[in-house]
Amino acid sequence: MTSALNPKYSFDSFVVGAANRLAVTAGRTVAENPGSAYNPLFIYSGSGLGKTHLLMAVGHAAKKGAPALNIEYLTLDEYVEAFHAAIAAGQGDAFRRRFQNVDVLLVDDVQFLTNRKEMQSELLRLTEALQVGGHQMVLTSDRPPPDIADLDERLISRLSGGLVVDIGAPDYETRVAILRRKAEERGAKFEPGVLETVADAESGNVRELMGALNRLVAFQAVNDRSINAATAKQLLGIGAEAAPGDGGKGAAREGAAPAPRSGDEFGDFLADVTVTVGKAVEAWRARVGEAVLRWEGEGYRTRRLEALLERDTPAAVDEVITAFTQDVERLKELEAEVAELDPQAAGQSVFRDPERLGEAEEVAAKVRDGAAPPPGPSAAFPLGAYAVGPSNEVAVSAARAVLKQPGKKYNPLVLVGKSGLGKTHLLNAIGLELARGKRAVVACLSTQAFVDELIAAIDGDRVDWWRARYRRATALLLDDIHLIAGKERTQEELFNLFNLLQDKERQLVFTAPAQPHTLPGLEERIASRLAGGLVAELKEPDREVKRAVLERMLGQHGASPDPALVDYLADRPADSVRGLVGELQRVVGAAAAQDGPLTAGLAREVLEGQAPRDSRRSAGFRTSGIVVSSLGGIKSREKMVWDWSDVADRVIEEFR
Amino acid sequence: MSLVNFTTREITCKIVYYGPGRSGKTTNLHYIYGRVPDSRRGRMVSLATQTDRTLFFDFLPIDLGQISGFSTRFQLYTVPGQVYYNATRRLVLQGADGVVFVGDSQARQLDENLESLQNLQSNLLEHGVDIRTIPLVLQYNKQDLPRELILSPADLDDALNFRSLPSFSADALHGKGVFETLKGISELVLKKLAAGTAA
Repeated sequence: MTSALNPKYSFDSFVVGAANRLAVTAGRTVAENPGSAYNPLFIYSGSGLGKTHLLMAVGHAAKKGAPALNIEYLTLDEYVEAFHAAIAAGQGDAFRRRFQNVDVLLVDDVQFLTNRKEMQSELLRLTEALQVGGHQMVLTSDRPPPDIADLDERLISRLSGGLVVDIGAPDYETRVAILRRKAEERGAKFEPGVLETVADAESGNVRELMGALNRLVAFQAVNDRSINAATAKQLLGIGAEAAPGDGGKGAAREGAAPAPRSGDEFGDFLADVTVTVGKAVEAWRARVGEAVLRWEGEGYRTRRLEALLERDTPAAVDEVITAFTQDVERLKELEAEVAELDPQAAGQSVFRDPERLGEAEEVAAKVRDGAAPPPGPSAAFPLGAYAVGPSNEVAVSAARAVLKQPGKKYNPLVLVGKSGLGKTHLLNAIGLELARGKRAVVACLSTQAFVDELIAAIDGDRVDWWRARYRRATALLLDDIHLIAGKERTQEELFNLFNLLQDKERQLVFTAPAQPHTLPGLEERIASRLAGGLVAELKEPDREVKRAVLERMLGQHGASPDPALVDYLADRPADSVRGLVGELQRVVGAAAAQDGPLTAGLAREVLEGQAPRDSRRSAGFRTSGIVVSSLGGIKSREKMVWDWSDVADRVIEEFR
Repeated sequence: MSLVNFTTREITCKIVYYGPGRSGKTTNLHYIYGRVPDSRRGRMVSLATQTDRTLFFDFLPIDLGQISGFSTRFQLYTVPGQVYYNATRRLVLQGADGVVFVGDSQARQLDENLESLQNLQSNLLEHGVDIRTIPLVLQYNKQDLPRELILSPADLDDALNFRSLPSFSADALHGKGVFETLKGISELVLKKLAAGTAA
């Protein structure tokens, strides 16, 4: 269906003269950068001036530059035929797809679109698809697009949108050059002046020129003798009377000018001027046109550039294009930023109009202000205040590794341990350290708050905003992840957020009371993701940790710690740091009530208690709400109340 | 005068041949006239004295046809070289897009060349044009005269061309260098289009 490119038709064999220089330059440019320079390139000229040659030369050169390119050459008639065959076979879509995947499409003789409405719309669709895909189109015709009869306006504007160049009739010098090259190709030799005579015939068409040359070659071959200029003239029917203008001019030339110069100085001059004007005038228009096409294609308004085309003088074209491009780039930045903060706001048209950059900046600023950062870590839990001992060594060293390479080493990090062992403290401490980083947005909150926020967002119909808020986070730290159990929507959102943040190598840290897989109500996909990083366990505080905590606490109370007191408290069994702190607070409270010093004796008295407490101790077992420590001391009042499991127990207590 | 008119898609270049009396300005135009096909040229208007000296100015319009979709026209003018026609020279210079300074290569004419060049500068200034910004080329005419009478192009460059402008040696009577000069000035003038500062 598609014609092969004729290897004879290359740029090398194309004789360049003033009349076709612009077209050849454009063709070469297109072949070097298919799809980016002039798209589509539309070449028109009268018959026999080299359209097809040039078209195929573009194909050859493009193939040479990038052998992987898919290049198709065909005439419009072939295209029409192929289309009809495809439609008849019910393969219309396949046909379209095939041509939309062509990198360089060369279509010859487009003028035959006249009176073919369905082909016009088909070509329009194809042109659009190719342009959008950045594929090159080169078309030829015997007249410019607006002159093709009955052509759809839209197609005219599409076809004229790239570069429209014409190939003029070759001038005398070019004609001689063409004849010499063709004679050489045919291995024919002529006497001096013969080819010049042929060229002088002023045939405006290379094909006719070839015809004339062929006749001479044939005559020479048949008669086996070389012909001279006069014979050639006779043979070709160029008499003095046949071309009076020529003869006259020649005579005048000889008579008036003993000039050492070549024949057509004016022609040379014209050629030069053509090239210069082409460079100067059309180049900037083409640049502007390209810019308009490009940005329009990306959906931006291009009023400023279009205004440029209406101007009389092309003042500072490049500056305007550069400034425009910068504005568009800025719009892109703003839109990307806004999209992350508030996806709904990003769709606004101000981000597509460089003339409204100011407004776009304002919108972005508003969105920036509106998007409150997600809740951050609490400053009450600095890492420096975290007591380290063998019981939590693993977790703390994991935390340090995370701080060293956030998002890269242990992601996620899950801190597991019973209540009161300092998970929340460590979590917030990690958050605080991460927040020190430049541009860090650390989301650190309890899972309950996370769930509540989502519910509020759903209620306020701003889930997008809520999502965007967390998607910005450079680290997400959730306390008590087991509280997500049964919250299906939150698990869904967390799952997505988790994947997104992990993909971007942003740190995730969670705390949980037990190993992820043992947590009830947690979806398998979440549990497995949690287990996929590092699960670090915090154990019951060891003596070292307890001592560190006690010393720090006592230091805070302003008291110089009594070593015996610290030893006593540290030696008492405590299953959590929080329990230990509770005991200490009770001792401190008692000391304050008595206005006495903090001593080990007082502590023993307070914590181990005397008779009244003993008598209650046995009763304690009856009320399930009271938890009695193994050594008889009640751990803490708050804890006791906290542990009441239901109303019935409380009623019994009240009653008692 | 607008060099490029995008609304009517026209390019018009006004080029003035300037120089001392008898340096060959009109000869340049005559040669060009003889080389341009009838269909491309307008009537050459020449107001000359009986001794063939340019009295007012010569005017040769050339139509270069459609170039890149622009109908392109060159208008070539000469000024009278004689010192006392300065008002005319100034008038002709008005709105010029480019100037060809036709110098006389004869050694004894060097002072006239310099004087004319200074005159060009002051006349341009009267129109508010800086000689350093307007497209300008130099032509050293009459290089066909015997060596002992003339200065070489290199010497003339030293004496006149202190801004390293394009310069062409010529024999306008026989056409040598005439079109080269015209090409040179055209290129400068048209390049100004690209710079976007049409005169």
